[in-house]
Amino acid sequence: GEGRGREADRGWPSPFVMRPRIALNLKGVEYEFLEEKLGVKSDLLLRSNPVHKKIPVLLHAGRPVCESLIIVQYIDDAWPSSGPSILPSDPYDCATARFWAAYLDEKWFPAMSGIARAQGEEAKKAALDQVVEGLSLLEDAFGKISKGKPFFGGDTVGFLDIALGCFLGWLRVTEKMNGMKLLDEAKVPGLAKWAERFCAHDAVKGVMPETEKLAEFAKLIMAKFKAAAPPPQ
Amino acid sequence: MAEEVKLFRTWSSPFALRVVWALQLKGIQYETVLEDVAKKSDVLRGYNPVYKKVPVLLHNGRPISESLIILEYVDETWKQHSLLPQDPHARAMARFWAKFGDDKVMQSIWTAFVSEGKEQEAALAEASEHLQKLEEELRGKKFFGGDNIGYLDIALGWLANLVRVFEEISGLRVLDGERFPLLFAWLKEFSDAPVIRDCWPSHDKLITKFIALRQLHGAQSSST
Repeated sequence: GEGRGREADRGWPSPFVMRPRIALNLKGVEYEFLEEKLGVKSDLLLRSNPVHKKIPVLLHAGRPVCESLIIVQYIDDAWPSSGPSILPSDPYDCATARFWAAYLDEKWFPAMSGIARAQGEEAKKAALDQVVEGLSLLEDAFGKISKGKPFFGGDTVGFLDIALGCFLGWLRVTEKMNGMKLLDEAKVPGLAKWAERFCAHDAVKGVMPETEKLAEFAKLIMAKFKAAAPPPQ
Repeated sequence: MAEEVKLFRTWSSPFALRVVWALQLKGIQYETVLEDVAKKSDVLRGYNPVYKKVPVLLHNGRPISESLIILEYVDETWKQHSLLPQDPHARAMARFWAKFGDDKVMQSIWTAFVSEGKEQEAALAEASEHLQKLEEELRGKKFFGGDNIGYLDIALGWLANLVRVFEEISGLRVLDGERFPLLFAWLKEFSDAPVIRDCWPSHDKLITKFIALRQLHGAQSSST
């Protein structure tokens, strides 16, 4: 059916904000992108997500939907005949996609964002090791799930592609800031090639932030974090 | 061809209990494999290598992990007694509140249970705030799912069991009828509902278990 979405969004750096945008693009749904100012939460955001007060929030026909992966599933449910199916049709494939998406949000991404905040070399190495191990698990999963096709979703970008792909910008920044290759063609060849295809996809191109811009943003955040952190004992 | 449905669970896991409820409500025949939390079987570890936890549902040889994900799988595979609503927005809200239950409600109540003094006070205040939001969600409804038990009732069902256990052990007032009349009424409706009422783990065994867990946590935090 017809529909316009509206998105309240702090903006381009957030990987979570990217997810619904990719989903809406895949479905060919027109939407309005409301950028929130960094550090200031608008009344509309606070009213739409009173529980978590966070972005992204999708407003559709006046009703809010929160939490990026829940929003993506909502988009798939609400526009069933537009564009490709985002969730796999087979219940087992669906459960597998949801499992890895939850793993990304609960384990993998916190480890990656923990690298920059790690106090000391040992803590940093521990966080990096977790990220590398996670990528190895995901490489294995990609092989099993894609079955030789270009994406986790098969011929088209699907739920797990979106869930993982949104982190590619930050992954590149992490590589840059730590002088190491994480998406290494030698170690994770399937994922490395998948990443190129994902970033080149029409639904993704316009919303994937440039690594340079993200790196600048990361430096800003790091400076703020260091300034606010208590002095070492 | 007979379907093979196996559920790996422990006697007390509230997460595994969710799957038991779903399978029972849908009238699905399944085999239970009881695991010991202290000594997990190699079979379980093989089926859930990432987390090595229960519950794991095995359907025709293929494992599914993570209780909320298993619930959705069960609902999509066996269509009788639908758990998730049809309406996309209602589905999104059910998923949202289930996640909220695990991430916020469970966390704050658990913290209140194992902590003391100011930390406990703060956790209790937080838990009350979160419970108030669930209270509002029940307005005008018998169950979170409406007239019938649904996905969100199952996801929050641990409240009907464990909160009483925690209150009994600690003497804390977490979910009372004065502050949360709708939730309090729902606890009883849910607990006494057919199928649900037949599955509760032994109250006495739970008391023993959580007294021990609380002591363990208390000992760990006082030794730092």
